[in-house]
Amino acid sequence: MAMNRSDIASYPHRHLLGIEGLYPHEISYLLDRSESFVDQNRQADKKKSTLRGRTVINLFFENSTRTRTSFELAGKRLGADVINMSVATSAIKKGETLLDTAMTLNAMHPDVLVVRHPDSGAIKLLSEKVNCAVISGGDGSHEHPTQALLDALTIRRRRGELSGLEVAICGDILHSRVARSNIHLLNTMGARVRLIAPKTLIPRSVEMMGVEVFYSMEEGLKDCDIVMMLRLQKERMQSNFFPSIREYFHFFGLDYEKLSLTKPDALIMHPGPMNRGVEIDSEVADDYGRSVIREQVEMGVAVRMACLEILGLPESEADPEQRNL
Amino acid sequence: MDTDQRSNPSKTAYINARLLDPASGRDEIGSLLTDGNRIADMGPALFRDGEGWKVPDGIDVVECQGQCLSPGFVDMRVTIGEPGQEHLGTLASAGRAATSGGITSMVCLPNTDPVIDDMSVVEFVARRARKLGLTKVYPYGAITKGTEGQELAELGMLSEAGAVAFTDGIKSIADTRVMAQAMNYAATFDLMIVNHPEDPRLAEGGAMNLGEMSTRLGLAGIPVEAEIITVERDIRLAQMTGARLHFAHVSTAKSLDAIRKAKDNGGRVTCDTAPPYFALNETAIGDYRTFAKLSPPLRSEQDRQAIVAGLSDGTIDAIASDHCPQDEESKRVPFAHAAFGGVGLDTLLSVTLELVHNGHLSLSAAIALITHKPATLLNLPAGQLTPDAAADLVVFDPERAWRVDSGKLRTKSQNTPFDGRPVQGMVLRTVVDGRTVFLMDNSPS
Repeated sequence: MAMNRSDIASYPHRHLLGIEGLYPHEISYLLDRSESFVDQNRQADKKKSTLRGRTVINLFFENSTRTRTSFELAGKRLGADVINMSVATSAIKKGETLLDTAMTLNAMHPDVLVVRHPDSGAIKLLSEKVNCAVISGGDGSHEHPTQALLDALTIRRRRGELSGLEVAICGDILHSRVARSNIHLLNTMGARVRLIAPKTLIPRSVEMMGVEVFYSMEEGLKDCDIVMMLRLQKERMQSNFFPSIREYFHFFGLDYEKLSLTKPDALIMHPGPMNRGVEIDSEVADDYGRSVIREQVEMGVAVRMACLEILGLPESEADPEQRNL
Repeated sequence: MDTDQRSNPSKTAYINARLLDPASGRDEIGSLLTDGNRIADMGPALFRDGEGWKVPDGIDVVECQGQCLSPGFVDMRVTIGEPGQEHLGTLASAGRAATSGGITSMVCLPNTDPVIDDMSVVEFVARRARKLGLTKVYPYGAITKGTEGQELAELGMLSEAGAVAFTDGIKSIADTRVMAQAMNYAATFDLMIVNHPEDPRLAEGGAMNLGEMSTRLGLAGIPVEAEIITVERDIRLAQMTGARLHFAHVSTAKSLDAIRKAKDNGGRVTCDTAPPYFALNETAIGDYRTFAKLSPPLRSEQDRQAIVAGLSDGTIDAIASDHCPQDEESKRVPFAHAAFGGVGLDTLLSVTLELVHNGHLSLSAAIALITHKPATLLNLPAGQLTPDAAADLVVFDPERAWRVDSGKLRTKSQNTPFDGRPVQGMVLRTVVDGRTVFLMDNSPS
């Protein structure tokens, strides 16, 4: 790839495993293509036949309802045959079995594998062993590219562009693949990213990823354009990442008082599922004027349709001008 | 109560006093005026009238006869039995003993019952102490729930409720991961973590310092390494997390070396020691004297000398009484079974002044260690003579000699390791918020 192609709309990669390393024009291309599905999804007849005859397998090694459903719907609306496979991680042995599963599935000739796995890097390993395209549906604590894309699409539709925006990502950054993908995407697209969390939930040396770190909502939310809240898993309390839910909410939960420090029209986002009263106040979450949490879900289907279509079509059938890079 | 309830404090002039304020370096004869609960003015010219002093009518006068007038002492480590163990000492009994020792602010450990790991206990202690109107009491919050060393307490909310710093008190945090998380979390709010540095497994079963003396006495020992290992570990964790770290009652030469090195490298590490560790060594145990059974244990003479050197060169930031009352039943038992700890509120000044009388520290430097230095560590509004500061004062005679007598201490429990010791330096008057709360018999007035 060369920089002088940045004006050409394209996504020249075989897989979508992460946002890190993508060029701005590649991200813009994915978002533009996603945009085209938003209207289609709002029509009564939502079905196309672009991927007719293609097989999409949702391979989820971690519980998921929302993301899996979103991918399933996306595949079906494009006319693909979608199979869901849930593999409880406790039931399988690590390593060897992951690859065995991959080889088994590969023999069934799928066109796209959508994979979620609790171990960072597992999807990459799997992608090296199969002959089809692989889309990450969530890679441990590493990346969740389609979530970052749907977040970006939601922001872009509301704000016109990402460049120049001040985005605050708040909560359990340490364990969050959503945060990491968003950091890469927002930085690539020219937004500025702030992270806000107790120090225990901020990963070491994260400033090197081009973000500004705050340990107080009061400082971090000041004059920002977008507030992205992350889900806090209550089990983290057992490992002393924070002492109690009430203390967490007191200092890091988003309520109207803290929200008053942002720009007046700042958008509130959350990847879901929300813990009301833990990381976000119920009223704030349901504030139709500012919360775009439902819109994020809607954009999720559009983004996943774009990803499936781009990666699910063999090169010969895709737009030659775009594929010949 | 032996408090002087001449309440309704209006204006009081302390004349002919040796104004001693280590924070500003002031050390001169002059006067100080309090107005209500605040310091209004001070200086060598105030109320001066030629060779004598002249105070306008309507102002109470305290003639200090050239004795030292300094900020009230700040004691950053005190065990109080209330709530839960009132038979050892209450906020009232500790308050009275503290005022007689010239202490106007003290910080109490969270090892109460219930433990100070909840905002309501912080508020209880503060409310009780305010009502008593004696020495001001600031609580430490527990680092872990129940001081059990496992789950973090609500450090942020405890801090908002008034906890000045965080410690599990007499317990050391053994689990390295818990300590790392505690420091990391505390750094979120820039809170100070205070540890009692002693590896509990290494110290387990020990009754005194491990060495020749413990061998001769046939007592199980606590090695100096129990302290050194924890100090070195915690310094690493502080560097890793960026937390403010303070070690309580440092007692060994090698842990001081580690702290000195960390400070030289710009680390945010501080420490205090307590009078027994620079005034006594393990020989004070003599013939199994349980009043000399302390935690950490009294160490070797070499260690004691190193503590004195650490005080002289500034490696040690403060002196705390480490007041830890125990009842007779806990001390009148075979040494191995006796409880750890000694009282120290009454003797804080006198034993600290040994450092001055022995030529290790100037008077101002010694008083700094029990006034503005600990106050600065904990951000307490105390420890300085400045206009508009709280009128928390002490008048003392640094020379007057007396002998410590465990039977005559003002603390509820009498377990002093200094029993029978001749000392120099006596508190004559203690003032809290402009009110005299302690007055020594036949002191200048």
